[in-house]
Amino acid sequence: MMKDSDMHNLTLAEIARNLAEKHFSAEELTRTLLARIEQLDPQLNAFISVTDELAIAQAKAADARRAAGENGTLLGAPIGHKDLFCTQGIRTSCGSKILDNFKAPYDATVVERLAAAGTVTLGKLNMDEFAMGSANESSYYGAVKNPWDLTRVPGGSSGGSAAAIAARLLPAATGTDTGGSIRQPAALTNLTGLKPTYGRVSRWGMVAYASSLDQGGPMARTAEDCALLLSAMAGFDAKDSTSVDQPLDDYLAALSQPLAGLRIGLPKEYFGAGLDPKISDAVMASVEELKKLGATVKEISLPNMQHAIPSYYVIAPAEASSNLSRFDGVRFGYRCENPVDLTDLYKRSRAEGFGDEVKRRIMVGTYALSAGYYDAYYLKAQKIRRLIKQDFVAAFEQVDVILGPTTPNLAWKLGEKNADPVSAYLEDIYTITANLAGIPGLAMPAGFIDGLPVGVQLLAPYFQEARLLNVAHQYQQVTDWHMRAPAGF
Amino acid sequence: MQWETVIGLEIHAQLATQSKIFSGSATTFGAEPNTQASLVDLGMPGTLPVLNAEAVRMACKFGLAIDAEIAPKNVFARKNYFYPDLPKGYQTSQMDHPIVGKGYLDITLEDGSTRRIGITRAHLEEDAGKSLHEDFHGMSGIDLNRAGTPLLEIVSEPDIRSAKEAVAYVKAIHALVRYLGICDGNMAEGSLRCDCNVSVRPKGQAEFGTRAEIKNVNSFRFIEKAINHEVQRQIELIEDGGKVVQETRLYDPNKDETRSMRSKEEANDYRYFPCPDLLPVVIEQSFLDEVRASLPELPVQKRERFEREFGLSAYDADVLAASRELADYFEQVNATCSDAKLAANWVMGELSSLLNKEALEIEQSPVSAEQLGGMILRIKDDTISGKIAKMVFEAMAAGEGSADEIIEKKGLKQVTDSGAIESMLDEVLAANAEQVEQYRASDEAKRGKMFGFFVGQAMKASKGKANPGQVNQLLKKKLEG
Repeated sequence: MMKDSDMHNLTLAEIARNLAEKHFSAEELTRTLLARIEQLDPQLNAFISVTDELAIAQAKAADARRAAGENGTLLGAPIGHKDLFCTQGIRTSCGSKILDNFKAPYDATVVERLAAAGTVTLGKLNMDEFAMGSANESSYYGAVKNPWDLTRVPGGSSGGSAAAIAARLLPAATGTDTGGSIRQPAALTNLTGLKPTYGRVSRWGMVAYASSLDQGGPMARTAEDCALLLSAMAGFDAKDSTSVDQPLDDYLAALSQPLAGLRIGLPKEYFGAGLDPKISDAVMASVEELKKLGATVKEISLPNMQHAIPSYYVIAPAEASSNLSRFDGVRFGYRCENPVDLTDLYKRSRAEGFGDEVKRRIMVGTYALSAGYYDAYYLKAQKIRRLIKQDFVAAFEQVDVILGPTTPNLAWKLGEKNADPVSAYLEDIYTITANLAGIPGLAMPAGFIDGLPVGVQLLAPYFQEARLLNVAHQYQQVTDWHMRAPAGF
Repeated sequence: MQWETVIGLEIHAQLATQSKIFSGSATTFGAEPNTQASLVDLGMPGTLPVLNAEAVRMACKFGLAIDAEIAPKNVFARKNYFYPDLPKGYQTSQMDHPIVGKGYLDITLEDGSTRRIGITRAHLEEDAGKSLHEDFHGMSGIDLNRAGTPLLEIVSEPDIRSAKEAVAYVKAIHALVRYLGICDGNMAEGSLRCDCNVSVRPKGQAEFGTRAEIKNVNSFRFIEKAINHEVQRQIELIEDGGKVVQETRLYDPNKDETRSMRSKEEANDYRYFPCPDLLPVVIEQSFLDEVRASLPELPVQKRERFEREFGLSAYDADVLAASRELADYFEQVNATCSDAKLAANWVMGELSSLLNKEALEIEQSPVSAEQLGGMILRIKDDTISGKIAKMVFEAMAAGEGSADEIIEKKGLKQVTDSGAIESMLDEVLAANAEQVEQYRASDEAKRGKMFGFFVGQAMKASKGKANPGQVNQLLKKKLEG
């Protein structure tokens, strides 16, 4: 019988074996982790809602299904959902005051599919308000702390998911990635996180920030666990018109493929000014490991990368300004007290309900779409987006994957960048291009600098998630960065 | 000064799909408030639109019927503005890439002449909900049943030159969408709504005057009145030294006037941009070919065929082709009696006035096309005269059975036995011996006038049943010996 003190260190794959061999039940595991969340989360603030009752009920149901002969790998697997996936009857806040009282009347497709696979939902995880941020400091529910250093940010916007997994409160969770919101917090907390190809995972029930960029994906400690989650999350959904009707690869089977002959591209633009030289060294060390596994390396160029951030900060706010119009105090969410008329109702509900970063992006987006500015901003940004896409298409004619740092810097101090939003925006410089192009990207642990994790990012052509997971898994077979736990957790 | 009116119309036609344009909710009119509003229609966070393929098919039908180019790739865009009955804070519409491009529609005016009206474009969009301001004690209620109902917005060129032409155009669009089966055309329920852009300019001037837009005019009669009123207002304004301002106005049918709703300066900046939740709609040629093959005969084609095949006048053909149901009825009558002219006369005459009087649609006609055709057959074979036929028609309308049954039961069969007619005429002449004397003493001109008197007496004596042709012939012979 496994001790409670060990269960939290297990990966999803290990949990699956233990549950199959009846070393413990899903209910025992769930109760252990719920106790751990209760004990440790106050230090981190990773959870917005802990769903004990639901979790126990789902765990019991999973145990019953197993007793009846089922043996799915995710049956009884404890997970958490970023708090922008709608969960029926449970608050879905998006980290915002404006949705503090919002209980969705339905489940997101991702939530529904994972539940059908037998996962147990321990709670809803903290995030930057409406997924706008790279530090998880814009949440109405307060900042999330990085388990590797509680004075530092965990990254964002999926900061709650990242902190909870890194602190072993959960083995895995869902996240969403609009400009790096899965990969950047994964890098800052020593996790593996995958942003799938745009259209691979349904957006139905995932509250929109920037619809053409948003994509849900898995976060976990290992590539194998990401493969497990993705297998259940991904796939065509008729309820999402941008979902792609293409069969899924066998992500688990792909993990074990040898890397001999793998062509890795290193974009010179990813190693220029702005990158912490120690991060550069760590990234190059990971390249050496991959070479030992048979990969070849080539320098490539993504010439339009420098335009990615300005382009993103037009397109994403433009879409957000429209997507967030529905939060108007009329049908759901926060409504100001005693509105004198309709205009007052709108103005105060939104002014009081949204935080500063959300307001900033709504204003930027509204401006960018205004008559007279549309061509100069929105249209131009879309043209840049096409150029960035073409850069990747051209690059992938020469290489199989692109490798580089996930972030230019390590986790920064809480509050450090509050006065200068642009410096925070620049932290997404390496991740944003994948969202603009729609290609899949993965972040994986690649070492530590002064006790803080470093992430490597891998990018692949459309729908080649299996390749990314394969490379990361093979790397994780010969390294143990991803197995290291923060002190005190 | 002589003024010329310039009118362009925007018609919103609710498409007769079973479900909404972006959700699976039903579109039935008149349901309990908010019982036909799904998560998508409510704009719930996280919900996404899925385009209804039937709405696309209907838009293509319309496009093909007006000979327009169908965009091989059309794009939905968001029109952003805040209003309580607009749940998402934007209306999903089409802006730069509408599904239907330039086309035209030929309209027939009252004098029988035709005019070609250009159609700039037609695009798909979703309808908003309804705000209800009564019964809520200082608050407003919102009914989202209508939110998401598919609309086809049909935008005309500024080719229309009078209120009468505008009405003819709207009637032609109305007939067309009903022919195509893409809109029920029920204006009272808002299935077809019209915005009128009206301006005036001195006759002969090339550039347009400043226009005002009259929103949501919902009947043919109001369109005519609203435009006439607006034209008068603009002319008086200019002649008094004023200037027309670009604005949106509302027509008040109770007061028969338009009043300002908002000026151009107060207009929203809608911040249109392509909707990222919907992919561009790609229309394949094979799909268009299939839709084209499914098109019914259209009003214009039907009108031409009626003229060509049945020798009807342009006016008659136009009236009969105005609705598919009326045209079908007429053709059914004709199929039964094989006399298009008689069929047309009866459908446009007795039948129409009956329907008008009873306020019935042709589908509700108490006299079926077969009944009417059967009656016309009896006129043609001289069983009854035209005059008796009117009695038979009334009896059919009252539900007394087929023409044959009524003729039989009421003994209305025309008398054609010349022996019987002759003896009846002998009696008539005997009873009017004095007039017979006068007749015989008169000249040709006077005789002509007097002849009518004898015919009248004879018909009266036969209770209308004597064959009028025989009466004429035999009477003449007897009088002139």
